[in-house]
Amino acid sequence: MCLAIPGKVVETYDQGGLRMARVKFGGIVREACLEYLPETQVGEYVLVHVGFAITRVDEVEAERTYQALKDLDQLTELDSPVVDEMSEADAAQQETVSRFIKGSNGNEIP
Amino acid sequence: MKYLDEYRDGEIASKIVAEMRRIQTQPWLMMEVCGGQTHSIVKNGLDHLLPPGVELVHGPGCPVCVTPLEMIDKAHAIARLPDVIFCSFGDMLRVPGSNGDLFTIKSEGGNVRIVYSPLDCLKIARANPDKKIVFFAIGFETTAPANAMLAWRAREEKMTNVSLLVSHVLVPPALEAILASPENRVQGFLGPGHVCAVMGYSEYTPISARYKVPIVVTGFEPLDILQGVLMVIKQLEEGRAVVENQYSRVLDQAGNLPAQKLIGKVFAVGDRKWRGIGTIPMSGYHLREEFAAYDAERLFDVAAIATLEPAICISGEILRGIKKPHDCPAFGTLCNPQRPLGATMVSAEGACAAYYAYGRHLNPDALHQIALDPVGASSFNEGRH
Repeated sequence: MCLAIPGKVVETYDQGGLRMARVKFGGIVREACLEYLPETQVGEYVLVHVGFAITRVDEVEAERTYQALKDLDQLTELDSPVVDEMSEADAAQQETVSRFIKGSNGNEIP
Repeated sequence: MKYLDEYRDGEIASKIVAEMRRIQTQPWLMMEVCGGQTHSIVKNGLDHLLPPGVELVHGPGCPVCVTPLEMIDKAHAIARLPDVIFCSFGDMLRVPGSNGDLFTIKSEGGNVRIVYSPLDCLKIARANPDKKIVFFAIGFETTAPANAMLAWRAREEKMTNVSLLVSHVLVPPALEAILASPENRVQGFLGPGHVCAVMGYSEYTPISARYKVPIVVTGFEPLDILQGVLMVIKQLEEGRAVVENQYSRVLDQAGNLPAQKLIGKVFAVGDRKWRGIGTIPMSGYHLREEFAAYDAERLFDVAAIATLEPAICISGEILRGIKKPHDCPAFGTLCNPQRPLGATMVSAEGACAAYYAYGRHLNPDALHQIALDPVGASSFNEGRH
């Protein structure tokens, strides 16, 4: 669980004083915190670990790393439930937890 | 396109292995300390490609694996409390405690949530002011910046219903513990790439010098690992022992300075117990005194939980590179990923679980035949189609 996943920054914004971004990983877009790479611009590639960008990489490296992680079935953290500030409700958790058990790549999490 | 890449990768792999054969004059044993690398090595059969005598052992690189059983039991005791929403990364949910796992607790009515980012806990806390939100903050240095930010923001926002159950471990003290043991066999290390993306690799220099072991910070892709092994062999053959960076396209010596700064503000280094190994001095993070109000261990009365690990399990020796999964009589029989007996089987990134996942419990003798395969790279792409 210590591997970071590369993605492309598609939007940056402020969220309650934190610098945040929407980051695209393959077909999935998730939120990431940019506080540790504050100078990151839209269009750049970052390695994201548990919702935090930790280093920048170039496009070629991002593509290679993403493919390698996919080969290793190491993209499952992207399937964790999205916690939405507005509609945060306990009812949502049942569905999202079961979705996590079967990853988006179809692999059962061992 | 993919096949072309694989063919090209296979060709490069053959060249790297040929270079190992050319320079190697004696047996060498080295260890990787990253669950992702362990997984990559076993899945791609990289250890089968190495020249005879070059052996890889699999160190304590999986934070889920080394989280002590009593800490897992503490987590479960807290998760069972009626006014608690217990939040965790997905990896921890299936790890069994003395009595079931987090899924069991959830099925029995416990409020257990998987989070993607530690910051999700703040959102859950704001939406549930009448509940206590407890986050299971585990991980190596890679995860520490994210977990530190949760504690930092919770305090900044003066939140009163968020706390962290911290079980954070550090790679360099584990290397020292392995090297200092009289039983040690490890002659060189592949350093963990993404840990060093956060921390840099300066702190490995004194270890390399003191114990005269090469440490090569390495990525996790098959070619990265083979190149890392080659760089370690080269140092060993030349009688050198320094820290080198195979993964320079991703990280530099300094690491991520803003992340290190916040880690330092939130966490203090202290002793930590590692599952299978025992207590290693100054080997983990604890919340600083200023964050006591966010420390779940202080807020919940779960201090003295006694646990007993099965005597047959040799995960401690596996984690220190003294033994390998096949040396255990329980491997694949009494012990498997569905009913793990110890650290190295509880998570997919543990050495035993990885060996099991790729069928190595079925025919251990095949390993030796493959290791002597003169073509070397023939099995390189196995398992990737």
